[in-house]
Parts: sequence; C-alpha cells; structure tokens
Amino acid sequence: MSELSGASELSGAMTMTGRELRLTLRKPDALITGLVMPVMIMVVFVYLFGGAVSIGTKYVTYVVPGVLLLCAITGSAPTATSVCQDMAGGIIDRFRSMDVRGMAIVGSHVVASLVRNIVSTALLFGVAFAMGFRPHATAPAFLGAVGLLALFVVAVSWLCAALGLLVSSAEAANSAMFLMFLAYPSSGFAPVSTMPWWLRGFAGNQPMTPIIETIRGLLLGQGAGSHLWLALTWCCAILAVSAAASALLFRRRTA
Amino acid sequence: MNELAIETSGLKKSYGKAMVLADLDLRVPRGSVYALLGRNGAGKTTTVRILSTLSRPDGGHARVAGFDVVADRHEVRRSISLTGQYAALDEMQTGAENLRMMGRLAGLSRPAARLRATELLTGFALTEAGARQVGTYSGGMRRRLDLAASLVGRPSVIFLDEPSTGLDLPSRQAMWDTVAGLAADGVTIFLTTQYLEEADRLADRIALLNGGRLVAEGTATELKDRVSGQQLDLHMASEAAYASVTGRPDVLPAHADPVALTISLPTDGSAAHVRALLDQLDPSRRLIQDFAVHGASLDDVFLALTQEPSPRSTAHV
Repeated sequence: MSELSGASELSGAMTMTGRELRLTLRKPDALITGLVMPVMIMVVFVYLFGGAVSIGTKYVTYVVPGVLLLCAITGSAPTATSVCQDMAGGIIDRFRSMDVRGMAIVGSHVVASLVRNIVSTALLFGVAFAMGFRPHATAPAFLGAVGLLALFVVAVSWLCAALGLLVSSAEAANSAMFLMFLAYPSSGFAPVSTMPWWLRGFAGNQPMTPIIETIRGLLLGQGAGSHLWLALTWCCAILAVSAAASALLFRRRTA
Repeated sequence: MNELAIETSGLKKSYGKAMVLADLDLRVPRGSVYALLGRNGAGKTTTVRILSTLSRPDGGHARVAGFDVVADRHEVRRSISLTGQYAALDEMQTGAENLRMMGRLAGLSRPAARLRATELLTGFALTEAGARQVGTYSGGMRRRLDLAASLVGRPSVIFLDEPSTGLDLPSRQAMWDTVAGLAADGVTIFLTTQYLEEADRLADRIALLNGGRLVAEGTATELKDRVSGQQLDLHMASEAAYASVTGRPDVLPAHADPVALTISLPTDGSAAHVRALLDQLDPSRRLIQDFAVHGASLDDVFLALTQEPSPRSTAHV
C-alpha cells in the first residue's frame, strides 16, 4: 500500500501553476512577444493613428482602455496553445494517473495567463503614462478598473483553454489570436457613432464596449457608469460558459 | 490483505466497431513481475490504460491494489504509477524540477520532494544531468528519468508500457537491471512488451495477448512446455516437398514458413523420436534437405499460438 494520500486539490493546483509559470519563463521568445506586442500596439495607435483622430480629447487618453483590452486578448490567447500542447503530450497521462484533477491541469494555465497579463498590463500603464496618459482615478476606482480587466483576462483565458481542448493541433489553437479582432469594432479605438450604420449595432452591443466604457469611466474619474453591470454580466457569462465547456471537453478528451 | 495486486474478469473494450479487448481475465500476484506479451495492436496499451484508470472498460471488472478501477479510481491512482511509451516529462524543466514537481503532486512536502528527487537522481545515475533541461537528454536518459518520476510516490503497483521500445542495447540492458531491482524491492510490476526476450528475462509470469484475447498464460517454463521440450526444425528441399509434408493430415507443425520452406515439429529430442519423425515424413529421403533440434524458446510459443491461420492454406501460393 502506498504511504501517500496524494496532494490536496489546492496544493496540486498550486504545483501545476508553478510549473506553468516556470515554463513561461523558459520560453524567452514568447516572453518577449508577450511584453513587446502590447507596447507596439500602444505606439501604433497613439503615434501612427492618433494624430489623424480628432475626438475632442487627447487620443492617448481615449485609446488606453481599448488597448488594455486588446492586449488582454493577445496576452490570453497563448493559453489555447499551451493547453493544447499539454493534452497532446504524454505528460497528461502521468498527471491523470497521479490523480491531478482536470480542472487543476487546465486551471493552472488560466492562472499563469493571469499572472502574465498582470505583468504586461503594468508595463502598458507605464508606457501609456510616458506617452502622456494621465488618469484621474481615485485608488479604489483604479483598482476597480484593474479588477474588471483581470476578470476579463480570466474569462478570455478560460475561453482560450476551451478552444485548446477542442482542437487537436497547436497550429489550430493559435487561431485564438483571432479573438483580438473582436476588440476593434467597439468603442475602444473610435466612438461607435462614427461607424457605418451596419457596424454600429454590433459595436454598440458586443461585450467589449461596456467593458471598455466601464474601465474608461473608472480611469478618468467619471465613475463606473451605467455599463458596469452589463460588463460584469458579460465577463461572468463568458467565464462560466467557457469553464463549463472546458470541464466537458476535458472529460471527452480523456474518456 | 488481498494476495492479488491486479485482478480482472471479463474485461472488454471497443473503439467504435473495432474490438480491442475481449473478456480479458488476469490474475497478477502481489510482488510479482508480470509481462503482457503481444504484437502491435494486440490490446496491450489498452489494458494498461484501463488498469491505470485512464480509460474505462466497456464491460467486466478490474481491481488494482484492492480497488476497483472505475468506482475507486482515486484510490487506485494513489497506489500506482504509469510509465507510458512516450516520456511524460516537461522538456523545458530540468530533471530535478520534473522530479520535485511529481513529488509535490504525489503529496510530498516541499523538503521531502527535494530529498526524494535527489535520491532518485542518484539512484538512476542522473545526478549531473539533474540540473539540465530534459530537452537536452538522450533517449536512454529520458527513459530513466521517466521511470524515476514514476517512482516518486513509492507506488505499490508499477505499470510499464513497452519500457524498452526505442532504446539501444546498452540502455535496454540498463532498463532491465532497473526493473529487476524494483522487483527485488517487492513492488508489483506489470509491463507490456513485444520482445520475447524481455518477457523471458524479467517476468515471473507471462500472458500472451493476441487480437484482444488471452491465448496463453503461465511462467516462461510452462509456456515453453506447451510447445514441448524440444523442437525439430525441418528445412525442405523444394516447394513441392514443403507442400506434400504440410498437406499431410497427420502433421501438425508448431510453426511452418512457406517462404523459407521450414517446418517445426514438437519432439522429445531423443534420437529414436527424431529418426521416427524423419522416416515417417520423408520415407523416400528426398523431401527434407537438413534439420536441427533445439530447445523450445518463447519465440516458438509466440509463433505457435499467435500465427495466422494454418500455413497449409498458403503453401501453394
């Protein structure tokens, strides 16, 4: 009889998260991409397009919430690839035969994604500040904005994890990057009212817009505003559906 | 305490319409080395996956370390370890990091996991390699670390799925020594292999699996006795000679090869019996070119019990 009772679920999940973070640090190319890409996106919008956009305020002030969300998506998308690679390798069998729960295996990728995004978001705020972004948020409002962003990152990471469980190749899992195009037709980069009528309906009602509006309101000291509940509902809905789908797909993959 | 480490009854598994396991009954005594021998596609890996709780059987029951593999799968997992055909390691972690991670997952405290990792690296001659990422390891080193990783939690039943596939000869020899060492420690080892030599060398008991069915089970000696103690190999002079001998209703070869024109027959090895057989099959003394007598090997058992339908039907091709 074995002398061990197996790791507790919490300690198992923490070990798995530590593993995933260590693996992140071991991939310097991915690490650099994850940090350089957000900065490049910020530079492109503020310095390349920003000069041509006149919306009454400094464009950097307007565009930061949109860029934050766009980078949250590009920062969460690699979750799909890493989940997919784990499922394809022999190591998943060992984890399962060691009684590591499926949710700990998949969830560790989501937590690691959150940690990566916290780092890249901090960098992004620094770059934005250097470009002239001056938030007028109180500390609680700022924390609220960051908290909503974190919730969004967790939701999108679960969505990407589900995608990683659904497809069988890392190449296919890379398509999670396409989610970034959801961020453009929103109020993040230009007011919805400036868009053609057929795009307005989508841009005004898709999940990104209320999240961006809420973060913008909080950062600029105008309060969370009326979009807060819709933003929270969207995030929680994406999170719940994606986590449930992940659990289902994991069971199907390992049947 | 149950004296059987593994016990299955009527185990069934199909993938779609393909039947992979048909009513498999196995009884593996505690503390023994048990080999599941068969060709590719015989159902070996499926059996291991079911016994290590990774797949559910379609029918039948299996108990491992006293627990049901479906109902008590969490308890089973705490008593076993699995080393599959592909190294279950993180290439981008060092050997030591991999072992410490497995130790933590097995429920060891941080210091205990560290200690166990050092212990295993020493035991598997990987102390120096332990600080390097697994991606830099050779195939043999990877396999050793993989096996070390499976021992972190001191399992009482160890599953090894084709442990020496893809290894060069020295690495295979080292793997055999390791397995023999583990067996001496009293754990139960259930291994699959396509190598007769491996089963013969390592296993206390051997189960021969063919097309998802158990075709023979016993010690290596018992299996060899099933073919008979000695074997007479006849090399026939021509295709016509081969056909005329294999076509006789009174000839039941243990093995026959229409291409090499060889026919193997059981014998007790005595001069009188061999002479009688030769006279009976070839009274004209023109059909048989030469012959050899040798002790039956597991190869003979394997061929006799798993060969395609009687070569008689293909003798004239």
